[in-house]
Amino acid sequence: MSRAKSWLPGLLLVSPSIVLIAVFVYGLIGQNIWVSLNTSVNPVTDKVVNPGGYQNYTQLLGSADYQHALWNLLVLTVVFMVGTMFFGLLWAVLLEKGVNGEGVFRSVYLYPMAVSFIAAGVVWRWLLSPATGDGAVGLNQLLNKMGLPQLENSWWSADSKFSMAAMAIPAVWQLSGYVMALFLAGFRGISEDQREAARIDGASEWQIYRHVLFPQLSPIALSALIILGHMSMKMFDLIYSIAGPNSYKASVPATLMWTQMFAQNDRVAAAVNATILLAIVAVVVVPYLIYTNKTETERD
Amino acid sequence: MATTDIAPAPSGAGTAPTSQVLRHTGRPPGQSGSGVARAIRYTLLLIFGLFVLLPAYVLIVTSLKRSGDVTADTAWSLPTAITGAGWAHAWSQLAPPLLRSLILGIGAATLSSILGSMNGFVFARWRFPMATTVFTLFLFGMFIPYQAVMIPLQGMLLSVEGQVPWFQGIVKLIIVHTIFGIPICTLIFRNYYATAVPKEMLEAARIDGAGMLKTYRSIILPLSMPAFVVTLIWQFTSAWNDFLFALFLTTRQNGPVTYALNELAGGQNPDYPSIMAGVLLASLPTLLVYILLGRYFIGGLMSGSVK
Repeated sequence: MSRAKSWLPGLLLVSPSIVLIAVFVYGLIGQNIWVSLNTSVNPVTDKVVNPGGYQNYTQLLGSADYQHALWNLLVLTVVFMVGTMFFGLLWAVLLEKGVNGEGVFRSVYLYPMAVSFIAAGVVWRWLLSPATGDGAVGLNQLLNKMGLPQLENSWWSADSKFSMAAMAIPAVWQLSGYVMALFLAGFRGISEDQREAARIDGASEWQIYRHVLFPQLSPIALSALIILGHMSMKMFDLIYSIAGPNSYKASVPATLMWTQMFAQNDRVAAAVNATILLAIVAVVVVPYLIYTNKTETERD
Repeated sequence: MATTDIAPAPSGAGTAPTSQVLRHTGRPPGQSGSGVARAIRYTLLLIFGLFVLLPAYVLIVTSLKRSGDVTADTAWSLPTAITGAGWAHAWSQLAPPLLRSLILGIGAATLSSILGSMNGFVFARWRFPMATTVFTLFLFGMFIPYQAVMIPLQGMLLSVEGQVPWFQGIVKLIIVHTIFGIPICTLIFRNYYATAVPKEMLEAARIDGAGMLKTYRSIILPLSMPAFVVTLIWQFTSAWNDFLFALFLTTRQNGPVTYALNELAGGQNPDYPSIMAGVLLASLPTLLVYILLGRYFIGGLMSGSVK
């Protein structure tokens, strides 16, 4: 049997998917970039809206709306990632030695992951209602009842100083359990012998975590950071659901793209925005994919 | 041992569902640490658990109230009179889209799992030149922000809809979710086959003169059930929960339940009992899947949750 003949059927079996991915992922990305380089003119005033070519990019990058959205995205991403990693790791540490009713705790921490961002957004819009004092509902009223009225605040809405940080709360709520599950699997993958050995050497519990367990979890932490980071950059549903379709206060590039496309009727700017978003995600993900690919090949 | 796969998939994730992945192997539960440390641990676990359950409490309690009873000062109280009116109204609004989402979830999950199984088999055990590169190009498709394809995708699907009238709503979404589900399904199946199917087994089949399709049908497919469960659940959940594609590609009349829920919740005079009941209705199927098949669900998460 010739070599070519032996692998050809494999290629044929994958070919439908190769065609679909080539057309729908890479073809459409190419087309989107093409749209983003177009010139466009306002049909009513005849004024040039997008000069075309790379100038479309400098125009969007320089616009105040876009910079505002980028800043929001940065705040959202930092708070979301720090919060999710913190609670995820904390819950995993609390659970990893085994507690009675562990299954129940695990399920409780993880259930938000099964709910859609849209559904979660509806509840959190109510929980994060900005009214304070007598008119307060949601978390503000709860804080009030718990005797902590000084913690009441207007969350993400117009006059809030840390709106995007508040917007990250529901996202932390949804994904901390996921990070917990990842770390928990990591802890359980480390054999008990290693702890025993460290204990015999006189290491304290903290030292065991610090020098024996945590270092072995760093590949998991890296993967979690990549996954959370790229989710945050794409986050659309949650913000759309909580703040409404065209909120300026809570706008990030992903929601601004919707505004550009439908409220401002500017497809070219929307395409520019989407292309930059892709580039940002690619900067994070591509090195990771190449690195993973390399370690995979070495392992084979 | 955890690997550095796309997601930290403990090797054979997807196969060995969490009951094994997460199982505790040390001392019996609850025995470790001093009494004080244990008390602190349980207290913290309970407090965090209550916080995570807050939204669920609000949803259930509010959904059973009468519209008039939802006032600011009783927002957190239990209902004084329980009524199913909110649920009834939510059901009347959401029943058709719920059915559409069910068709969407089952259709997209089935199709992308079948494609993923075939691809996974080839990438794990029947490789062709440049297979690793092609696989990496597939994986990138799972990370892209869908905004980056949305504008041309919308135009392309609309032009097909112009020619083929039935090509709309859920049909469009099934196609789109199937295609964009290929990368993750391929990854899950590839990781599964790489650990669950010994190379020697295929070698033996090859010596017996079995071709690729015969090998796939008679050796691979019968072993694939665990991975199918994971991808089916995973794809069903992500198609069910998707909103972005629904918003760009469907309408109020033919969209899935996330679209309808957003409409229900977005009105001028919000009727909180029916909105909260609507959230529960729209979340019940995925929550049920999660409660009944949780260990597989987590298996899917482990092998790369990226939506």
